[in-house]
Amino acid sequence: MTFWTDPINFIAVWLRGLLTGWGLGVDLANILLALLGIIILIVFAMVLDIILVWIERKVVARFQNRLGPNRIGPFGIFQPFADIVKLVIKEDITPDGADKVVYNIAPVLAATAVIVLWAILPLASTIYGVDLNVALLYLVAAGALGTLSIVMAGWASNNKYALLGAFRMVATMISFEIPMVVVLLIPTIITGTMSVKGITEFQGGGGVWIFILSPLAAVIFIISAIAELGRAPFDLNEAESEIVAGFHIEYTGMKFGWFYASELLHSFTFGGFIAILFFGGYNFFGLEKYPLLGVLIFLAKALFFYWVIMWVKYSMPRIRIDHMLAFCWKFLTPLSFVLLIVTALLNKLLATSNFYLLGMFLANAGIAWATIEILRAYARRQRNPENATQPPPPYREVPEGGDPTPALNLSKGSNPLLGAEIPLPPKCGGSQ
Amino acid sequence: MTPDQIIFILTAALIISSALMVVTTRNLIHAALWLVAALFGVAILYAVLNAGFFVVVQVVVYIGAIAILFIFAVMLTRREMRDRGPQLRKNWWLAALLGMLAFSGLAFLLINQADINRSAAVIPAGLDTLGALGAALVSPDLYLLPFEVASILLLAALIGAVYLAATRK
Repeated sequence: MTFWTDPINFIAVWLRGLLTGWGLGVDLANILLALLGIIILIVFAMVLDIILVWIERKVVARFQNRLGPNRIGPFGIFQPFADIVKLVIKEDITPDGADKVVYNIAPVLAATAVIVLWAILPLASTIYGVDLNVALLYLVAAGALGTLSIVMAGWASNNKYALLGAFRMVATMISFEIPMVVVLLIPTIITGTMSVKGITEFQGGGGVWIFILSPLAAVIFIISAIAELGRAPFDLNEAESEIVAGFHIEYTGMKFGWFYASELLHSFTFGGFIAILFFGGYNFFGLEKYPLLGVLIFLAKALFFYWVIMWVKYSMPRIRIDHMLAFCWKFLTPLSFVLLIVTALLNKLLATSNFYLLGMFLANAGIAWATIEILRAYARRQRNPENATQPPPPYREVPEGGDPTPALNLSKGSNPLLGAEIPLPPKCGGSQ
Repeated sequence: MTPDQIIFILTAALIISSALMVVTTRNLIHAALWLVAALFGVAILYAVLNAGFFVVVQVVVYIGAIAILFIFAVMLTRREMRDRGPQLRKNWWLAALLGMLAFSGLAFLLINQADINRSAAVIPAGLDTLGALGAALVSPDLYLLPFEVASILLLAALIGAVYLAATRK
């Protein structure tokens, strides 16, 4: 182990030797080193977050044929620092009637729910926070904390738009958690472990990416991850054109900044999880032997999938909430269950066969083909006017014999509000 | 005191005080949020006991599903989040008496356990506790029957919920 291939562990071993040399107990030295590691990891994630703001703004600008920030520093790279200064010195407003404690805890919890995910991200074969054997469930649990923060923000703001945003977020999260959890079981079945590090190691050293074994699972995971992040086309929780800004409508200054920063970091982290679970994580043709290169490979893959999430966000219109829930419950959930059953069966049947890889891939292709055929047949049936099912009933039942609601009469005298003669303001400037 | 004991005492204080706040606060949403804190304290206790699987399941199921549904249901159904009625029933002393009796009975039983002072067994490094739990849940001479009975109970509840919620044709 030298400094240039594995700097983090090199420094850790050196520091541990230094601390115990000073007469500290081994346990105490380990605790101090663990604390130092936590602080470094969080600082790394937050500094990365600052750069992500710049990346996000640059990428969305290119999607919309603009230039993006380009004034401060080369390519506008110092723009986020100016943004931070602005956010910090803005007035901090707590709305009237807000639940102060809950209102102030919510942004902290939103950021916490993201940062705790970094504990299980293996950045390289020797650089990781902790190798949990229940890491995939931990991922789901952190998502639960994120939901809680949004519900708290929406409720404590004392604002109906914020509350609507929180309701929509809960509906989305509860629905899309199901296909996500089911799809997380597929890498678990294939690799035989729930540890994120174990899943990465399975795909390295001659192993294949799980994306090749189960491409459908990767696609379903990306879709449900985007829904869990609450980004377009699933950004109903902050739909600007309907409920202004949703759950964070009342937040100003750095409190809003925390929601914004945690959303970006959450997207990047999920990009990292897509890379780890389905695209080999830090593995890249044997280069992962050098942990420093492993970190760079992992960050590059995570950035690529972060870009994919942005690509979807800036190309797709927002989906209506009933369409979104129907898409989840009637399409994604059954599909992921079928995929799970087929994967579990084939994984046992083909375990010793030479055709494991081919069989898994063909099974996925077959399920995808059958899904498309079923959808096509359904669409054809719907388009045929003879077989079309009844359209859904209108929101208000219209009784036989017409609509009982009288037509709106705007003539004078018919409406107590409209009928009154509104006194015109006295003419002014008549004697000009 | 060992570090484990200090963590246990702090966690127990967190759980008990949050649980007290759940039943004494008049704001229903605050009660639900204090419940989340109490459930989180239980998750910390599992972590102290090296039961990693139970920690995440506690957070996923109790905080992620049950507490969120509580909050959701309260926010959807109540206009006024503040409970104005009396907080004690007429026969509160009976409940208090029964609670004290149950507590003292359990404490008596616990103190008379032979191995009350035994510390938790050290789990050897590399032991696959999660795999052992999974195998125990599906092996016929361990917990297969209770596991399947619980599954059927939950399935019945699911079907019942769908039946109740479905619109009649």
